[in-house]
Order: sequence, then C-alpha cells, then structure tokens
Amino acid sequence: MNAFRRRYGASVLHLLLTLCSWALAGYAGVRLLNGDTLGVVIWFVGAAVLHDLVLLPVYGVLDRALQGVTRRRGGRRAGGGTAVNYVRVPVFLSGLLLLVWFPLVLRLVGHYTAATGLPADRFWEHWLLITAALFALSALCYAVRSWHRRPAVTGPPDSTTDARRKGQR
Amino acid sequence: MREADKPVDSGGPTAGPGPGGDRPPPGPARPEFWRSPLRGPWLTAVLGLVLLGGVVVMFVTGLLSYAAYDPDLARLNDQTPDKGLLGFYLFDWPTSPYWLYRLTQGVHVTLGIVLVPVLLAKLWSVIPKLFAWPPVRSAGQALERVSLLLLVGGVIFEFVTGILNIQLYYVFPGSFYTLHFYGAWVFAGAFVVHVAFRLGRALRAVRAGPAGEYAASDDSGLVTPAPAPPTVSRRGALGMVGAGSAALLVVTVGQSVGGPLRTTALLAPHGQDPGPGENGFQINKTAAAVGIRDADIGPHWRLTVRGGGRQAVLTYDELLALPRHRAALPIACVEGWSTDDQLWSGVRLTDLAGLVGLRERTPHVLVESVQRGGPFSSVVLAAAQARDDRSLLAVRVNGGVLSRDHGYPARIIVPGAPGVHNTKWVTRLSFGEPA
Repeated sequence: MNAFRRRYGASVLHLLLTLCSWALAGYAGVRLLNGDTLGVVIWFVGAAVLHDLVLLPVYGVLDRALQGVTRRRGGRRAGGGTAVNYVRVPVFLSGLLLLVWFPLVLRLVGHYTAATGLPADRFWEHWLLITAALFALSALCYAVRSWHRRPAVTGPPDSTTDARRKGQR
Repeated sequence: MREADKPVDSGGPTAGPGPGGDRPPPGPARPEFWRSPLRGPWLTAVLGLVLLGGVVVMFVTGLLSYAAYDPDLARLNDQTPDKGLLGFYLFDWPTSPYWLYRLTQGVHVTLGIVLVPVLLAKLWSVIPKLFAWPPVRSAGQALERVSLLLLVGGVIFEFVTGILNIQLYYVFPGSFYTLHFYGAWVFAGAFVVHVAFRLGRALRAVRAGPAGEYAASDDSGLVTPAPAPPTVSRRGALGMVGAGSAALLVVTVGQSVGGPLRTTALLAPHGQDPGPGENGFQINKTAAAVGIRDADIGPHWRLTVRGGGRQAVLTYDELLALPRHRAALPIACVEGWSTDDQLWSGVRLTDLAGLVGLRERTPHVLVESVQRGGPFSSVVLAAAQARDDRSLLAVRVNGGVLSRDHGYPARIIVPGAPGVHNTKWVTRLSFGEPA
C-alpha cells in the first residue's frame, strides 16, 4: 500500500475514482463528439484555455494597473490602498453584466426581434444606464467617505480617524 | 514587467518544496509571481462549497428538464437518441403541480447565471496551481491534472452553451440539447471525483476561518509568499462576488418570476413588455420566424383528428362549436423564462379523442403543426398528459382570440409541460398511433 502511494503519489482509491470518471467521460464524450468533433473539442478545451490564459490574465493586469493609478493618486492619505475599490467594484459589476449578456447587449443576435417580437435595442441602453448608475452610486459613496474623513477643524483628530480606518478593514 | 518579477528573497518562505535546486523558470510558475494576499484555502473553500451546492442543484434540475421532454415516449421527442444509459433515470413527466417545469427550469437557468461570478472567483483563486512547478510531480498528480481539464473545460463549456442558448445566440458547434446534455455528463464524472478528493480539505479550511492558514505550514500552494499590500479583505472580496451574483439576479430573475418583477429583468431576453391586450405575454417564436403563411391558417385551415382507424376533419367553426373548458396555465420555456398563468379556453384533448371513439382511456397523441420542419413542429404527448382535464386545444386566451404569434387558430396547452410541447398552429392530432 505504502509502496503504491510512493510510486503513484496518491491512494489506490484516487486511481480507481479517477479511472471511473474517465470511463464515464469517455462514454458521454463519444456522444458529445459525434458530429462536429473538431468544433466541440475546440470549444471544450478552448473554454478552459481562453479563460485561464486570456480572460483571467487580462482582468488581472487591468486590476493591477488600476491599483497602480489609485495608489499613486491617493498615496497613503485617505486610505489610498482601499480607494481602488470605488472604481473596482462598479467596473467589476458592469463588466460582469456585459460578460453574461454580451450577445444581447452588443446586438449580435440578428434574429432576436423576429423570434420574440421584442425590440433588440433596449439591452444596450439598459446596460449603459445600469453602468452609469453603478458609477454614480460609487461616486456618492466615495464622496460621503471623503467628507467624513476631511481633516477635523476642532478636537483631536487622531483617535476618530484611526477608529474609522480600522472599521474599513 | 510587473512587480511580481522582482526578487523577494528577503525573509519569508522561499519557493517551492521541491528537492534542492529545481527553481521554477521565471514567471507564473514561481509562487511569488502571484501577489494577491486574498488567495488561500479559506477563500477557495468557501467559493468551492457554494459551487458544490449550486452545481448539484443545476445538475438535478438539468436532468429533470431532460426528462420533461419525455424523450423515451417517441423518437420524435428525442433530441439525443444515442443517449444509451445516460437516460437511465427517465420517468413520465407529471402534469401536477402544473407549475413544476416553470419552477425547475427557472431555477436551473437563473441559478446558472447567478453562479457565474462565483465560478470566476473560484477559478481565479486557484490559478497559481495551473502553473505549479514541476508540472508533473507524480503519476497520480498527472491523472488529476487531466481530470481538471475535464472539470474546468466542462464547467465553462456548460455555462457558455447555456448562457448563449438563452440569448438565442446559436454559435456553438451543434445542437444545444446534444452539447449541453452530453457535456454535463462529461463534466459530472470529473466533478464527483474533484469533490471526493477535496471536500474534506475544504471543510477543514472553512472551519479554520479566513485567517487560519497564514502559517508557514500552508501546503495548499495557494498562499503567496510575497503578498502585495491588501486593498480589500477576504470577506470584502466575497462580498464583491456576492454583489455580482445579486446584480445578475436582479436583472434576470424577473423573466421567470413574472408579475411586476418582470420590469426589473433589464438584461434578460424575456424581460420586456410584449404589449397590451389578451395576447400580451411572452412569445418563444413568432409566426413569421417559423414561416407560417396566411394560407396555412386561413379559411382553408382544417383540424384533422385521427385514431383507432377513424378520422374526423373539422373547420375552425366546427372546432369552436365543441364544448369548451378553461384552464389557467403558464408557458415555461427551456430558456428559463416563463409567463404568469394565462387563462386559456379550448377543447379538452379527451373530448377531441372522443371524436374518434377514444374518450375513455385516451392514449398518447401525436400533435402536428402547420409549421414546416423545425425540431418542435410536432411532438408526442403522453397518455397522462392527454387525459388531464386541463390539457386543451386552446382557441382563446384571457378572453380574446389567440393571436397569430400565440398559435392561431388553435394550440396545445398542457399543465407542467415544457413550452415547446405546447404546440402552436396545430393541424393534426393522431391518437394512439406509433410515432
């Protein structure tokens, strides 16, 4: 048993379960690939590759660039490190809505109106308005926070701002 | 390039447990390349457990939807005749509760959309492991990496085909039913294995809490040895994912819940107001979209009822003269949207079967539309569906005559059945004949 684990790197159960799942994948996979075999393989493998090697790196780099900009602007003052979230969150939400609904938002579905009897041009407008609302809401939150954090004119500033900053984490 | 490439040899755990000297090449294979202080067993485990629950519900509701089409009833109903043992669980789809398919398919589609940010976050949280060095440490790990391709490729394939299909964006390489159904089974095996190997670890990580794994003893390969300054807490990051799910829910769920909530479904394919009047509810395919011509449904339209070696042919007026009954039933589409209950009025299928002497023990019925071709221009309804008192060949809805787009002159409405089984523009009913 131990010798198996040393050579294989995991338990016998691991091997058995993995092979069982592959057999099932093979049984279903033959049927999945029956037709446009190459097309399905490209879609199946391409889905993982496109996500792991394109989508994720792209949004990772964009986020890092955003962090760079806000850190330089805000510095350590006014919680420069967390200011990025006021941009990050609405961009994330708007981008997520676009990622899921892009065929309708970008009007890629030519037969939408013919099929459903509904106008196709509303999705683009709705997405833009939602995006505007998200940024406006975030701007409002940021303004409120900045107003609360403005240097106090009277009284000792340290204790209150410190407490607020802790509350952020 | 990025900060990640700077050497970080000052203190902290150094790269990899590998036996001396095999330092990974520069780039993502080095643990310090990944800077986010958020990655760690707790975050991955929480996201994983949410997905576990969600995926199980989606798989079950998906199998239910497959059963709802009654593929075993007739070759005509079966989009996947090669299914073999994968249809082992099939059962006769019930007519009660009448909202069953509306519920199961609404959950399937809405949940899938809401889980998108959770899935993305989960994949983000484990991305360093894709580049783990050395790429293959043991035979067991090599097998697991192949399984992970089935797991990740499978889950994205399922989400993408589903999300594109509900937007009528048919760019995938084949029939949606075939791809989504067999793809689900390819994914399912890899998913079960993944859960079996990781569930214990995930539960331990959740119990340890968000700050539980900072110890140098971490062996998950997820915690960066060179964390960047935090800009958000782990709970904050989860909150952001939750906000993403909530945003998607708000702009989508109205198309399945209906009522006044439909107006909130701002980005959903069937969230818009289809106009006023008795026929002002969602349309799957308009008459024009499936090539219905005036002549098909004009004065020359006839309804043919066959069965038991007999045949009856009715004009529209003769059909209207038959006793009419009412039923309040929704249209619930495989795409997840549905309508509120509509008040249909029409002739019971059992009464129509009575025209050819099959009122008692009404058998299954082949329903054919004037629609030319198309996968659902004809369908076989089970005997239990044909015998239900609420199953009608409807001629009116909500007090008005059916519109062209809702199936004038006559359409089927059956409780609990998927939308496309409620055939529009019906021209022939064949009771008890092999389809």
